[in-house]
Amino acid sequence: MTQQFYVSPEQLMKDRADFARKGIARGRSVVVISGQDGIALVAENPSPSLHKVGEIYDKIAFAAVGKYNEFESLRQAGVRYADVRGYSYDREDVTARGLASVYAQSLGAVFTAEQKPFEVELAVAEVGPTQAEDHLYRLTFDGSIADEHSFVVMGGQADKVSSVIGQGWRSSLSLAEAVRLAVSGLVPPAEADEQPKTLPPGALEVAVLDRDSEAGRGSRRAFRRLNDAEITALLA
Amino acid sequence: MLESTANQVAANATSSFTEHLQRDRPELLPYNRSLQAGASPAAPLQVPHATTIVAMAYDGGVLMAGDRRATMGNVIASRHIEKVFPADRYSVLGIAGTAGIAIDLTRLFQVELEHYEKIEGTLLSLEGKANRLGAMIRGNLPLALQGLAVVPLFAGFDTSAGVGRLFSYDVTGGRYEEHEHHTVGSGSVFARGALKKLWRPNLAAAEAIAVAVESLYDAADDDSATGGPDTVRKLWPIVYTVDSSGARRVPENELAAVSRNIIEARTIAGREA
Repeated sequence: MTQQFYVSPEQLMKDRADFARKGIARGRSVVVISGQDGIALVAENPSPSLHKVGEIYDKIAFAAVGKYNEFESLRQAGVRYADVRGYSYDREDVTARGLASVYAQSLGAVFTAEQKPFEVELAVAEVGPTQAEDHLYRLTFDGSIADEHSFVVMGGQADKVSSVIGQGWRSSLSLAEAVRLAVSGLVPPAEADEQPKTLPPGALEVAVLDRDSEAGRGSRRAFRRLNDAEITALLA
Repeated sequence: MLESTANQVAANATSSFTEHLQRDRPELLPYNRSLQAGASPAAPLQVPHATTIVAMAYDGGVLMAGDRRATMGNVIASRHIEKVFPADRYSVLGIAGTAGIAIDLTRLFQVELEHYEKIEGTLLSLEGKANRLGAMIRGNLPLALQGLAVVPLFAGFDTSAGVGRLFSYDVTGGRYEEHEHHTVGSGSVFARGALKKLWRPNLAAAEAIAVAVESLYDAADDDSATGGPDTVRKLWPIVYTVDSSGARRVPENELAAVSRNIIEARTIAGREA
């Protein structure tokens, strides 16, 4: 019979957190930036079909880093939550705050109760009528939730990317400026004797939440995924 | 053990909002509210009924139009009701029958299509949409047998084939593809008669709108449950067109002009029929 060793709760939680952090740090970064024209969600993602950024509801989008199967199941759960809520109450009653708190509770429950915590970090973004009314929530693997007003950076190089974006961010950023700023943060820094590196459009996944989708496109769904041609045009 | 987990995951993976509701929140489905078991069909419930819908193909797309009246027995329940709805970017549906259930079914169908698109990251095919709508109507069969039937008409632009297509249904969920034009609801007989004379292949969009409004005018002329254009309250039919660029609601002022033209032409003609 194997001997059960005593592990203190502090140690157990620390081990789990370290495990999750390691998993997340391996992935590439995702940036969510709020600006004048809406919210830009930019990820470094070479796959054209396995998305890190997705639509949840009319004004709400989702971005994630970490293990694909884990955040994909969370994204689908979020879409179900939002659709059931919007169907049984009204479309207006689906808010990022409600969704983020459901995510926080599920992540927290998995972190303490399951064999292994989720190795993911999520952002839930909701576009409002003005930049000041945008909501960005960042959720970490243990269920902690943080409310941001300008931008969220997640993933492997989060600190480095964050400092670049922090310097360039202002509330009046246009969509193109926001995407360019996000990409400038995501580009790996060049070595001393090298050409500055760039990311080809194929290696980027870009989506936006348009602030005036009703007037601009006649759609209450603000989420729009940009294709390679549109990304190239924005970065040019 | 491993296999059963995989099976479980596969069984739980659904892209259908209706299936999800059936599993987790069955009370939210419009057709899961059972009536009193003893409700006798001899005394049908007095509930608002939505009436005439017409749809037709035109050059480059399909069009659907509905009048604005709901009736409850011999009473006009609503003059403002809207019975044609966009289902998603490339399809529209119109409903005839019990208004309350029909409007809920429409909402469910809209969420169903959007839900699939968000989960799968791609639009459902037009055939797929038509089949899902059929399944929902079949789900409503128990209520239909108690007199609360809903009969939709579905039209959409098939983006892979590049043509507009039209589907009609019966209360059992049977799905039939229609060509040229089709009508449902109490005034459908008269509207179809008008369409047979007014419709021709390759109508331009503007002509098709005029044909739709005129066929509804004829339906309202002979069917008391169908409302004609109301110049006093400024109520015009609801018309949607669907083409390769998507579904578009024809604006009020366009419909007002078309309706006034028809009324004027008929006033000048001054004929009985």
